[in-house]
Amino acid sequence: MSEQDDPNAPGQNVPAQRDDAGDLIATRHGMFGAAGGADTSGYGGLVRTVRLPGASGRPYGGWFDEVADELEGALEEQGLVPENVIDKTVVDRDELTFHIEREYLPTVARTLRDDPALRFELCTGVSGVHFPGDKGRELHAVYHLRSITHNRLIRLEVSAPDTDPHVPSLVEVYPTNDWHERETYDFFGLIFDGHPALTRIMMPDDWQGFPQRKDYPLGGIPVEYKGAQIPAPDQRRSYS
Amino acid sequence: MSSSPTSPTPEAPSASQAPPRETTEGTVYTVTGGDWDEVATAAAKSDDERIIVNMGPQHPSTHGVLRLILEIDGETVTEARCGIGYLHTGIEKNLEYRTWTQGTTFVTRMDYLTPFFNETAYCLAVEKLLGITDQIPDRASVIRVLLMELNRLSSHLVAIATGGMELGATTIMIYGFRDRELILDVYELITGLRMNHAYIRPGGLAQDLPPGAVDQVRALIKKMRKNLPEYDKLASGNPVFKGRMEGIGYLDLAGCMATGATGPLVRSAGLPHDLRKSQPYCGYENYDFEVPTADTCDAYGRFLIRLEEMRQSLRIVEQCLDRLEPGPVMVADKKIAWPAQLALGPDGLGNSLDHIKKIMGTSMEALIHHFKLVTEGFRVPAGQAYAAVESPKGELGVHAVSDGGTRPYRVHFRDPSFTNLQAMAAMCEGGQVADVIVAVASIDPVMGGVDR
Repeated sequence: MSEQDDPNAPGQNVPAQRDDAGDLIATRHGMFGAAGGADTSGYGGLVRTVRLPGASGRPYGGWFDEVADELEGALEEQGLVPENVIDKTVVDRDELTFHIEREYLPTVARTLRDDPALRFELCTGVSGVHFPGDKGRELHAVYHLRSITHNRLIRLEVSAPDTDPHVPSLVEVYPTNDWHERETYDFFGLIFDGHPALTRIMMPDDWQGFPQRKDYPLGGIPVEYKGAQIPAPDQRRSYS
Repeated sequence: MSSSPTSPTPEAPSASQAPPRETTEGTVYTVTGGDWDEVATAAAKSDDERIIVNMGPQHPSTHGVLRLILEIDGETVTEARCGIGYLHTGIEKNLEYRTWTQGTTFVTRMDYLTPFFNETAYCLAVEKLLGITDQIPDRASVIRVLLMELNRLSSHLVAIATGGMELGATTIMIYGFRDRELILDVYELITGLRMNHAYIRPGGLAQDLPPGAVDQVRALIKKMRKNLPEYDKLASGNPVFKGRMEGIGYLDLAGCMATGATGPLVRSAGLPHDLRKSQPYCGYENYDFEVPTADTCDAYGRFLIRLEEMRQSLRIVEQCLDRLEPGPVMVADKKIAWPAQLALGPDGLGNSLDHIKKIMGTSMEALIHHFKLVTEGFRVPAGQAYAAVESPKGELGVHAVSDGGTRPYRVHFRDPSFTNLQAMAAMCEGGQVADVIVAVASIDPVMGGVDR
């Protein structure tokens, strides 16, 4: 039997990923969350990739093009090259997302707030997301900006590596982000540079670790229900 | 209560009071409703005017476990800060270990006074991720709107009731809770529970309205129409009430935009910003209602707005009843729709016996389908979505991220109470201690939503 025909060789007998579009954020092996040879389901060789929607091309459709044009124009007026500032633009599920290089975040936010054609007056805060498999871009900060003047909503996303978890603070531009950034710091350990008082807000001040990171355990104990032991939620079979 | 280090000569403490303690921050007096005179005397001896009062986290006037840290000079608040987090329960983390459907059971417990808004916002986000927003049956959307508007009434009633109580107006408290009870009875009839319903599910509703629900809601509208004017008679023109509320908790439009305040706060500053009008969801564009505003920027304006919003909610509820057409309350896609209807059994609400008879006795495929969907859940395509609803307190936004699995990868709730509470310092600093209570009550924060 030649090596190529070996059914046990990795990559053999595995169907190709159905959809290679989008940005790879994680690779999953096997099924049911089993690891260390405990998987007897026959799915042990399964390799799946997790992909988020990738960059979109023009036209974005609707008012998205207008906002993108205005933003790029306004950035050029400030002597910036839009390609260096906007990492990529994603249109997905009727939502417009600008992925911003983190050092330009305050500039972009200020432009979006002050430019009369953009006028995103209201920031609905920041939400952190942890992608441990997205090497070099593990920690994401997601901002939703609402324009009451133009009745629009857009999303800004920045990422930072685990080794350098710094993102510029937006409190100067949107004071409402004060508590939101403290919350994201508290749960994800993202450090918002320039925040006036970046302290924990939900967890006790002397808490160790950042609870919403994916490698932080949920905790819990098994409980007995109708005679059976039900494992703690993070020990149960997972299909993701 | 503490003041800077001095040489206090504390008198013998009374029985109801712990002895003063020396700390690095100054002398700490613990006062639990006992004799304030001793503290006042000791504070007067101190040569430092700076006194910091910790109000809460266990205090009847702070709307739950909110801690207010007030630096006072005489009766004037010079600096005010909030301490929050006492009710943090890690709901967002817990969601990541349950299926998407089980998520409603968690999110309904966030802001426990607005459960239907939490559920709807969460379900709208999940439905957006699934791409089934257009497939939600009309009847499900109408019932969602009906419950949300009843919920707006019950939430505003609590806001007005507790706000009144904190001013010492116990009658308005009794009225508010009396009327809220009527609405909770309707919830109980429809969902089986008075709070924490988990009734609105991704794809539609847990089950249809029970027999008699429409009649009971009609009776409720009639009763509320009769009761709502009582608040006007009791409070709106009451000179004492107005004297406590007018000009208190001042936050103008610029302040609202900066602090991100939405809901009655921004509407009391004159901006008719309401997501039901500007970004309609659940078919709100088909209902006839008005967005009340005030230009006073104060607690009294917010009180009047809440009263008017309750009247408008009643109008919407009435239109919902007229728009109710028979039909399904769950999406047709059997890979998403929960397989069973619930029924009341001898041990509470559970799967209907008819359904169990079918899956156990007649169809193996139905049993497999039920088992897979209930234990594993449905898969949601990878991506992220943001859905927002206009809750009684403001913009309630949900940022949901999926990695293509059967569990949420990340769900973040932008709770309006959390954001609005940031405005507390701007509203209170420079005012009187007694007005802090009024200002906080006019924000109407619910700590379950703030801390999640």
